[in-house]
Formats: sequence, structure tokens, C-alpha cells
Amino acid sequence: MPRIPLTWLAEHVETPADLTAERLAADLVRVGLEEEAILPAAVSGPLVVGLVVERTPEEQKNGKTINWCRVEVGPEHNEPGGAPRGIVCGAHNFDVGDSVVVALPGAVLPGPFPIASRKTYGHVSDGMICSQRELGLGEDHAGIIVLSRLGIEAAPGADARELLGLGEEVLEINVTPDRGYCFSMRGVAREYSLSTGARFTDHGLPTSPLPTAGGGFAVEIDDSAPINGVPGADRFVAQVVRGVRANDASPRWMQQRLQQAGMRPISLAVDVTNYVMLDLGQPLHAYDLAKVAAPIVVRRAVAGEKIRTLDDVVRVLDPEDLLITDSPAGERASRLLGLAGVMGGGDSEVGPDTTDLLIEAAHFDPITVARTARRHKLPSEAAKRFERGADPQLPRVAVARVVALLAEYGGGVADAEVTDVDDVAPAPSFVLPLDLPARLVGVEYTADQVRAVLTSIGCLVEPESDGAVRVTPPSWRPDLLVPVDLVEEVARLHGYEQIPSILPAAPGGRGLTEKQRSRRSVARALAESGLVEVLTYPFIGTDQLDALGLPADDARRRAVRLVNPLSDEQPFMRTNLLVTLLDAARRNVGRGATDVAIFEIGLVTRPVVGAPAAPRLPGGVRPSDAELAAIDAAVPPQPRRVAGVLAGAREPSGWWGAGRRVDHLDAIASARLVAEVLGVELTVTADTDHMPWHPGRCARLTVDGVLVGHAGELHPNVVAAHGLPARAVAFEVDLDALLAAAPAEPYQARAVSTFPVAKEDIALVVSAQVPAAEVLDAVRVGAAASPAGDVVEEIRLFDVYEGEQVGTGNTSLAFALRLRADDRTLTAEETAGVREAVVAEANRRFGATLRA
Amino acid sequence: MSDDTALSPLDASGIDSAVEAALKALDAASDLDALKTARLEHVGERSPIALANRAIGGLEPADKATAGKLLGQAKARLGRALADRQAELEAERDARVLVEETVDVTLPSDRRSRGARHPLEALSERIADIFVAMGWEIAEGPEVESEWFNFDALNFGVDHPARQMQDTFFVDTPGLVLRTHTSPVQARTLLERDLPVYIACPGKVFRTDELDATHTPVFHQVEGLAVDKGLTMANLKGTLDHFAQAIFGPEARTRLRPSFFPFTEPSAEMDLWFPQKKGGAGWIEWGGCGMVNPNVLRACGIDPDVYSGFAFGMGIERTLMLRHGIADMHDMVEGDIRFSAQFGTEI
Repeated sequence: MPRIPLTWLAEHVETPADLTAERLAADLVRVGLEEEAILPAAVSGPLVVGLVVERTPEEQKNGKTINWCRVEVGPEHNEPGGAPRGIVCGAHNFDVGDSVVVALPGAVLPGPFPIASRKTYGHVSDGMICSQRELGLGEDHAGIIVLSRLGIEAAPGADARELLGLGEEVLEINVTPDRGYCFSMRGVAREYSLSTGARFTDHGLPTSPLPTAGGGFAVEIDDSAPINGVPGADRFVAQVVRGVRANDASPRWMQQRLQQAGMRPISLAVDVTNYVMLDLGQPLHAYDLAKVAAPIVVRRAVAGEKIRTLDDVVRVLDPEDLLITDSPAGERASRLLGLAGVMGGGDSEVGPDTTDLLIEAAHFDPITVARTARRHKLPSEAAKRFERGADPQLPRVAVARVVALLAEYGGGVADAEVTDVDDVAPAPSFVLPLDLPARLVGVEYTADQVRAVLTSIGCLVEPESDGAVRVTPPSWRPDLLVPVDLVEEVARLHGYEQIPSILPAAPGGRGLTEKQRSRRSVARALAESGLVEVLTYPFIGTDQLDALGLPADDARRRAVRLVNPLSDEQPFMRTNLLVTLLDAARRNVGRGATDVAIFEIGLVTRPVVGAPAAPRLPGGVRPSDAELAAIDAAVPPQPRRVAGVLAGAREPSGWWGAGRRVDHLDAIASARLVAEVLGVELTVTADTDHMPWHPGRCARLTVDGVLVGHAGELHPNVVAAHGLPARAVAFEVDLDALLAAAPAEPYQARAVSTFPVAKEDIALVVSAQVPAAEVLDAVRVGAAASPAGDVVEEIRLFDVYEGEQVGTGNTSLAFALRLRADDRTLTAEETAGVREAVVAEANRRFGATLRA
Repeated sequence: MSDDTALSPLDASGIDSAVEAALKALDAASDLDALKTARLEHVGERSPIALANRAIGGLEPADKATAGKLLGQAKARLGRALADRQAELEAERDARVLVEETVDVTLPSDRRSRGARHPLEALSERIADIFVAMGWEIAEGPEVESEWFNFDALNFGVDHPARQMQDTFFVDTPGLVLRTHTSPVQARTLLERDLPVYIACPGKVFRTDELDATHTPVFHQVEGLAVDKGLTMANLKGTLDHFAQAIFGPEARTRLRPSFFPFTEPSAEMDLWFPQKKGGAGWIEWGGCGMVNPNVLRACGIDPDVYSGFAFGMGIERTLMLRHGIADMHDMVEGDIRFSAQFGTEI
């Protein structure tokens, strides 16, 4: 994001002399330019000009020669008594009489590298004579800076930070995608002016009338495949500059500013184009004229064409890529010079022998540039500006600036002719009702205020009928396309702080939906029953599914895959909750938990085989119902599940005695609790083959024959794979399926009978193979069928016995029944009738007998 | 016992003495056992009074009435005294039993393991409650979402740089992504419901950020959307202020700063005044908001010349961190029961 050196900004707009980066950030944030960072001064503390008055070479035991110097650093910094400071220096590229840069004790150089007096080579070195690299000015470490060689004259003791621009703070700002023009000092200065009222000078406008274009280097725009009907290039300005010392270093001040802005100085030709780009926002390119053959042709690539870009990468091109080409040996558009607006090619680059340059400034279609930059992963400085929308009226001014700088600092002479291919469409205009800002923002802006803001941002405002104006946005604001865009301009430049705070009155709402209420109740019930809710990431890998022991053809292995997962080990979206919840259990155990009882409620993704791709539809238009249905068909089902894992103690041990370890029934009880909260009764049957559960201890949970989940003890392999305490248990239930089965109508109450209760205990002996749930069902059905009618209030299994008394292979199940009629006291005959009916039903179903 | 030692039923002073002796004995009984012994001796069948009473039968008819009255009074006195003493001693015993049953009430009482909600879920519910109290409703949508709902419907053009702003997880089925914000629920709701619409959408969202102290690839947002006739940015500001105060207390306030989002115009960043800010009270970024872009309304079949709307969104993780002084994202996402447990079931 753009970095704003304060003194550079001041060339475009009047700023107070004491402006700080912090103050600037506060001024800019009001109009929507957010502070990204304040980059502190490169050097702090005393960094001064020193005059070398003595230099004594001293050979050291290690063979190295150092210089023991006396350096005059001005009355303020010299030793007490006025003597020059003694400083040890390892470099030899200077002599007595040279002016150098001295970092005095207390200074902090980039690194940070604090300077202090120190004993070295038998002297007290009272500071440091600096090289370019030590000051962060460049890579040159071979010698120290001799100021005269940089063309700098200064008295000893003068502040070298100011002289070298090292004491300046730089503000880095964050530019939102709609404000491409703020990728320049010109644009930021304009915003600063709008925020503070400071006087702004637009250097993007020609200072004197530009010469008429024509007769320059031949350029043709030949776009055979515009994207969305927009030509890839609508402006191409070029001018030749001859006899330039293109490879000289650029002037010190320019290098400094480039560095402050985060760019590396390279050579005069490159630095000048970069400098003008940062200054005005116009990306530029300098070609070696000797390597370019007219005409230059801007065209789309042919599939399979290749280019070697400046970063020395060979790129295979797409027919959508827009190219700058030239025409060697008369072959038109046959040689590739660069990816338009993104990056140049290596072949026409400015080389060591270059003296004549062709300067290019163009305007390219943002979408073309954005797609090419993305396709080739080249987020270059040029692409950044073009894809956000550059100013199509800027190329002439920018080329003129470049040419002038090359003439001033590189001795170049520009050709009189300028190429200007100008296909720029006239600026679009639209009508703004003057009351729209007030209607949308809620502040009563007057028509004059609205007009004033629009004029201040550079719009052409013309009267239109009936309280409306016709607005033509300026060329640098391609983001202003429709009336609401102008509403934001009015609101932000008047200040968002003007907007009052008025709570709107919504019409009466219906509260939470049944599903939302039920989900909360489920979560709360599980928490109240002792489980802790956790959240896990939904990303999974094959290893995790393997750890669950899922067979190869298990439906839970059919998962949605991410194209760009964070980890290649976890490219899938979870198909069940336990797969990630078990990892959370493992983590807790790994961190020392001995007892774990956790649950999670969340979505799982269950892709449908052969689901279609989602249709690509434009924004801004309501899709047809058929198109919306096609979108829905592509979005995979994502049922909401609830799952839990319990391990270790279910009830803690303590001073009261032993606790109780979890068993499969705890998992089933949790699942039942979930169902109960929703008013649904679960049917439990054994499931002997459903990983990750124990084949002998897994309950299959159904509602009216529909599978809704599983619960029970985990398979020992799964327990081991996750490092959990032995006999850990788990459940997972589909909440959406339960909710679908939940009664839609309010529960209808049953009156409470006040007649006395009758108790009846019945112990039935059945084969141990018969599931208890089926015996219980027989008891219920049998009792209801007794002559007394359905008088069962409660049936509780209170004892399970296996032993010789009931015969090998048999179980005795003892049930306590509470019987009560709504309308009478039950007679002894009636209760006996219930007993007989129960035994008869159990006998009919399982050959059960009443235990003797 | 011989007749000559027997008390005569007509011997008023003898009866009186016997009663006195009995009363003394009852009074002297220090516990219920001693009282039983005294009762047998002085009030029982073989006691002087009982024997005297029995002797009434042998008296001359003329004396019977006198004797009966004497002994009746004596028995009544003894009966009352006995009952009183019995009650007294029972009360003493009961009090002693309660003292003896004293236990240590400071023993640990947590014989059940306790559960908890995840604070992000609990906070989401609290946030939902705030909006429901304003008459808004809560809407939801899928997490694996179509690009149309996640981007196009919200005015993110295919080539708009903003589409690259949000680091999106793409699904290998073309046209699907993990939703990068809860905003697609806006479009889904506007397509489904009749106007006006006032909804809040809490939910999980995804961005390709590595987990660190302040980022997580999976996090939660709450999005608010109101579309009605005549809504303004002032209504947006009013809603945000109300929400901020409901979550952070009556001193809370918000500030809007110009910004950019494809689905709103004008757009704003929203800052929250945060007295507990590190290094002193100040504004901190809380979320983004703005007036619903007409293109979004059009994509949902709504005429932007008739209706206007506002929308806002903020991170629930960030809200939780600010409200509860949580410094590091890791604790919220790692599923450590110790983190959830400290919050209990309500926050």
C-alpha cells in the first residue's frame, strides 16, 4: 500500500511546517484513507556532518589497518574544550579535509543499531563514520560516504539526517479498491486538501499547453477481442528521448524519495519512470529505442504464445492477455515487448549501452489488466494502478514529466514529435437528484452544499430539470458511476460525524424460529447435563477418516474438497462431526484432562454424487426462479448435527466415594436427551457394523424408521488411535432430521388423575438374546391391552438378573408398573388383569414366563 | 403391700402427700427413661393413688362421692404434670438429636460434573436476543455457498479487486466457495421474504488466514440488514449505537469512517469507543457497514427507487475478545474444555 513521505506530499498541497505522520493520518482517515503504519525515521539521535582533520593509519596484529581519526563535528558536538572527536574507522576511501557523516553516541541507525562510545583497537571511538549501507541508503558498504562526492556541501556539525532525508517519518496508508487515484502523491494530496481545506495544486494537469501530438514513433492499437466490449487500451502516448545517460544514478533526492516510498533505486531511466508513477499515478515504461522496431502494436495474445518477463520467467499466454508488441524485419506485431499494464519483457529492457529511450504512458482496461495480473500472479505496481482505474487524461502530462527529468538529470534531448493514440470515450455523465444525499444519509444537505462537494472533487456539475443536476465525474475518478457514488462523496466530505443516531422502528417480529429455539434448548440441555461445548475447524484429511476406521466405500468418505486448503493434509470439509470432535477430545487428553465430556453443534457437508456445478450468473440482476433453483441444486446439503464424546469419569469420585466411569448408556442417554428436548422419541436398536463404534455396543437411533444417528461405546481401535481413556463413548445425531420429526403443533396436555395409584411388579424370564427394549415394548403393549384399558402411568425396569435361578441363557427383567385410571380407583381384579396381559404378551412374543 | 399401709381414699392429706411426692418424682426425672420409671411408680396401676382409687368401690355410698372427687382431682393434677414433663423432655431430646446430627456443611458439594456453552455460541445467542428484542428476526444460510450469493449478488464483479480482497477458500465444484462473510444470507433473505426486512444473521465464515493470535481461518460474524422505505444512514448509526450499548454497556458509542465495500454505498468502517484499550481509552475497529448498494437490491428483485436499506457486520470473536479481555485467538478455536468451562452456560 502507498507510502507517503511528508515532504513529497507537500509538493502537491500546502501542509503545515510541523505536520507529523500521526496528524496526517488523522486528517486522511476522516475522508476514508486509513493508516496502515507509521514508518519511523530511518535514523534517530545525533547524525551530523564531520570534517576529517586527522587520519592516522594503524596496522593491527590481525594484519588489518584501521584509521584513527580526529573529526571536527562543530562546537555543539566536539569534545568538551572544543577538540575534535576521536573515531576509529576501518574504511580508507577518504582523507583529511573530506566531509563525512558521523553518527554520535545516542544515535540509532537502521537495524536498529545503537551507537555508543566504545573501546576498540586501543582507542576510545567516540562515534561512527557511516557508509551508505549503514544508513540504509544503499548497498554500498565498501567505503564511507564522502559528502562532496554526492555534491553536498555542509558545515561540520550540521544535521545530516535532514541533509540526507533520514529523519523523516513516512505514513503508509490503506487504499480501498475504489480509490485507485490514491496510489499517487497527487491523489493523496487531493484528499488531504478535501479533508483540511489546504491549497492543492494539481500536477496532473498540464502547466502549459501541450504541443500537438503527431509524427512520433508509430503505435497501433489493434484489439480484436475486447473483454465485455471494452477495448484493452484506449490511450497510448509515446515519445523518444535521445542521448540519455540512462544508467547513471538518479539524483540523490529522487533515490531518497523512492526509498521512502519503498522502491529500490536502480538507474536514472528506471528511477524517473517509477518516480513519476508514484508522484502522479501514471504507470510508465522506458524501452531501449534501439531494440524496438516500429510500429508498436497493442494486441491480444495468441493461445500458446510465450513471453519472458522482466523477472526472467517464461510465461505461456492466454488469448485474453493484452500485449505490447513491435514489428522487427517488417513483421508486424511479431515480437513481444511486454504484458500491457502488468510487466515488460526482458528483450527491450534498458541495457548498459542504452542511450536512446522510447517512453510509454498508456491507459489500459482495468479488467484486462486485473485478469492478466491474476492469471500470471504478477501484482506489479503498474497492474495495481491500472486494475483500480487510472486517469486516461494523464499519459501526456506524465510523459512530459519523464522527458523533462531525463533532460535535466541525464542530458537527454526529446524528439519534438509525440505519439498520442487517443480513443478515450467522452466522460460519462449522469443525473443526480439533489435531495438524494439527504434522503439516503439522513442529513439535510442543501442543494448548494451538494453542488459544492461535487465541484470540489473535480466533477463538472450542470443544471438539469427539477432539483437535479447532470454530473460528469473527473477523469481520475472512474469509480463514480451512479448517483449513490456521489451520495458517499457528499456524506464523507461533509463528515460522517454529522450523521445523527436514530434507531429505526422495525415492525413486530416473530421471535426466534422453532428451529432456532430448539437448537438453543438442545445446547443448554447438554451443557446442563455436564457436557462442555467446543467448536472445531471443519477441515479434515483422509488420515482422520482412517482413524475412524471407516470402510473404503463409506458415504462419509465422500467429501467436498477445497481447491486451496490451508494444509494439503486437510483438503476436505467434514462429513460428520465426530471426525473433528474426536481430535478435540484427543487434544484435551493430551493437555492432561482425565475426564472429557464435550459436544459440538455444527454443519457437516454431504455432497450429492453427480451434483451440477453452480451456474455463473451476473450481479445486479435478479436470477430467474429456474436459475436460483440451479444454484440451490449445486450447493451441497449441509445438515446440522450434534455430537458428543465422553471419556473417563461421568460422575467424579470425591470425599463421598467412588465416581462412575462413562459407559455406552451415557452416550445413548445424551442422544435421547437431545430428542426429548425436541419432543421426539428415539427408537434404539443394536447396530453391529457402524464405525467408529464398538460392534457390540452401538445403538442405531431412529425416529419412525428414519435413521437419525448413532450412539454407544467407541471401537477400541478408534479409542486407541485418538489416545483416549479406555471405553470412551460417543454419539452423533442429525438435528435437522430430529427437527423434521418434531411435532409441529403445540403439545396438548393430559389432565392429571387424582385417583389412587396401584403398583405392580412383574419379573419376566426371557432368553438373554431378546433386547430389553423389545421386552419393555411388550410390557407396554400388553398392559395397554388389559381389560382395564390403558392405565399405565409409568414402567420402570428395576432389575436385571442372570443366573442359575432363571436358567442358563436366560435373563430376568423386573419391571415396576405404576397404574392409575383417569376416572376410578382400580380394583385388585383390574391390576391383576394388567399383570396377566403383560405376561401373555411377553409370552406370545418371546416365550417369556413369569419369574417364580 | 398391706392394707394398713394403704392410703385411704378419704384421707385428704394422705392423698395430697402422695400427689406431692409424685409431682416431685416426675419433676426429678431427667430424661424420658427416668420419667417412665417415675410414672410407673407414682401414676401406674400399683401407685398409691391408683390403689386408693380402686378402693373407692368398698366405701359407703355416702363417702364415694367425696373420695371420687378427691382422687379425681389428684389424678388430673398428676396427668397434667406428666404430660407437661413428657413434652418438656421430648423437646429436650429432639433438640439434642439435631445437635448430634451436625455435619460439615463446607465439604465440597460438586458431586456432578458441570458442563458449559462455548462462549462464542453463548454470545451469538445474546446478540440474537438483542435484535429479536428490537423486532428483528434471525436468518441463516449454508456455509458452503455459491459464488453468486457470496459475491455476484453482493455486487462483487468477477474482476473487481474486492473479490480478491477476501481470501477465499474455493471448492473443487466450480461456482462454490466457503462463504467469506455472512452477507450471502442477506441476498437469500431478500429473495425469500416480503419487505420490509429486518434481520440479523450470525454464523460461521471462512478466510484463508493462518491461525495466529488475531486471525483464524474459521470465525463468526453477525450481519445486520434492514430494507424498508425511507431508511437512512442515521438509522444505521442508531442501530449500531443501540447494539453497542446492549453489548458493551451504556457508555458505549460508535464512530463511522468512510470506507469501501462493494455491497454498500455509502460505506463505512465502524469504530467502537473502548475505555479498556491497551495504552488508554480510544477507538478500535469493530466492523463494516453502509447503505445497501442499489445493485444488491436489484439482484434481489427490489426497486432501489422505492426501498433503501442498511447493512452492517462485525466479528463475534473480536466482540468476545473485547468484551471478555481475551488476548489470543487460539483459546477460542482449539476446543480446550478449560476455556469454555470458565464461562458456564450464559455470558
